[in-house]
Amino acid sequence: MLAVRVLGVLGILFVLSIVVFAMLHLAPGDLVKNLLGNRPSSPDAIAAIRARYHLDEPLPVQYLQWLGGALGGDFGESIRLQTPVVDAIADRLGVTLALTGLAFALALAVAIPLGVQSAVHAGGVVDRVASALGIVGLSAPTFAVGLLLLYVFAYYLPVFPVYGAGDGGLDTLHHLVLPAVTLALGLGAIVLKLTRAAMLRELDADYVTAARARGITDATTHRIALRNAAIPIVTGASLVLTFLVGGTVLAETTYALPGIGTLLQDSVLYKDLPVVQALTLLIAVVIAVIALLADLAYLLLDPRVRAKGVSA
Amino acid sequence: MTSPGPVGIVFGPTRLPVTVALSLGVVALALAAIALTPLVAADATRQDIMSSLLPPGADGHLLGTDELGRDILALTIAGTASALVGPICVALGSMILGVLLGTIAGYERGWLDTVIGRWTDLLLALPVLLAAIVVSGVFGGGYWATVALLILLFSPSDIRIVRAGVLEQSARPYIEAAQMLSLSRSRIMFRHILPNVSTLVITNAMLNVAFAIVAFSSLSFLGVGVPPGTPDWGRQLTEGRAIMLDNPAAVIVPALLIIVVACSVNLVGDWLGQRLTRSGRRA
Repeated sequence: MLAVRVLGVLGILFVLSIVVFAMLHLAPGDLVKNLLGNRPSSPDAIAAIRARYHLDEPLPVQYLQWLGGALGGDFGESIRLQTPVVDAIADRLGVTLALTGLAFALALAVAIPLGVQSAVHAGGVVDRVASALGIVGLSAPTFAVGLLLLYVFAYYLPVFPVYGAGDGGLDTLHHLVLPAVTLALGLGAIVLKLTRAAMLRELDADYVTAARARGITDATTHRIALRNAAIPIVTGASLVLTFLVGGTVLAETTYALPGIGTLLQDSVLYKDLPVVQALTLLIAVVIAVIALLADLAYLLLDPRVRAKGVSA
Repeated sequence: MTSPGPVGIVFGPTRLPVTVALSLGVVALALAAIALTPLVAADATRQDIMSSLLPPGADGHLLGTDELGRDILALTIAGTASALVGPICVALGSMILGVLLGTIAGYERGWLDTVIGRWTDLLLALPVLLAAIVVSGVFGGGYWATVALLILLFSPSDIRIVRAGVLEQSARPYIEAAQMLSLSRSRIMFRHILPNVSTLVITNAMLNVAFAIVAFSSLSFLGVGVPPGTPDWGRQLTEGRAIMLDNPAAVIVPALLIIVVACSVNLVGDWLGQRLTRSGRRA
């Protein structure tokens, strides 16, 4: 079962790598001109560049060369930064991981209890406030929220730094608070919506009525219901991921954080194709792996699926 | 029992919730601002280096100016068109694509359904914003190329919703009757089935407008999709970030506008969806 899924994912990634490679190399724009900029060009210089980036080979050969390198962990050299792509990405990965991790923790810590409470007291004050927050979180663009927070908490009340990622440790954490809150608003809105809907469904179930009838406390009943509601919440992880990819780019750009998102934006605008190619694949791999993990979590969370999976 | 049709359902006797009434007001104001564009276009693009970076409330500039001396109020009003026309076109285009492909997939079934199904699976797996940044950024393209790209990226949800609706309708007796009368397939699809799935289509299009507003402004904030110099809320925010200290209005006003408009369209869409599905159930 699992092996089939993994093979399927590898197949999709392979096709995706071809599509992205072809697309990027067919895009208008001349690498040589980009590299030389306004400097005068001699035929020798142009030939040297063409040879260095294998531009004279046919496209399929270029792709195979790229694939061979990529499988060995070599994604070529960044045109803009003149460093290996792997190093450029590794430099930026830490900030992005810290930002998304912090945002995720914040979103889950607020949205799940809030979702449970608004389902339990559906129609009440908590539910209304939560649904208003949810609407804003779902429909307000990350960067607009980010810029407003930036103005209020960095300029008007200078509590947090304006931009950058700080010097590590607590300073970095201090720098990441505003971006993480910004990102968590969108993430939390999705989790809130999923949690509320799943909890409403579970609270209607017979086993909850039975538990209540037997005099089991509300807190315990809600805990049992939440365990059952966990499955649709985890299944909704793909929605969260789709948002997270775009949201991270926007949050990093808003706060000028040197992360993967800003690297992608700069590389796209500069047409730094090796970096764009590597980053798109990296993001695709992350999405595929998390989707796989979500499926596995499904196994852990639902004993019925586990039993069927073993017998099948 | 006759169905009142989508128009009757929406505008029939009802108590409009306050939030929805406010949202409709916001949407109406935004559309009015688009109509005002020709009046302010000249002010919005006129650069005046002598009066650059004026704070809000300065003489003749209610919201101040940016570093090129452009009037923020005029720039913001003129930016409405760019922020809304593209997204509306995206929602309409993806609706048309969804109705065509979804109806064909749901009614004809067979290999067409398989091909269309695989295609939507593939597109749904792509994070919309990432795909748009990469494709639009690398290919350049400009405003309408970005609209076309977003139509493509938004269409899977429309295709799926229409297909599911058509599948559900196809099993009903009136379709069997239409087939017995040997009406042409396209007549059955678009004259008989389509009106019955139209409520789903309209609701989804409305929600798509909200998502497209977010996607479009995000792209232009990142410097993709809207050419430099065009009045646009997303672009205004990119440029405004640098002058936040001198003229905060350059950031606060467009940022609030994007949030308020996107939330309003979303609320109207949600409300429309609830009303339409509720009366659909009653019928």
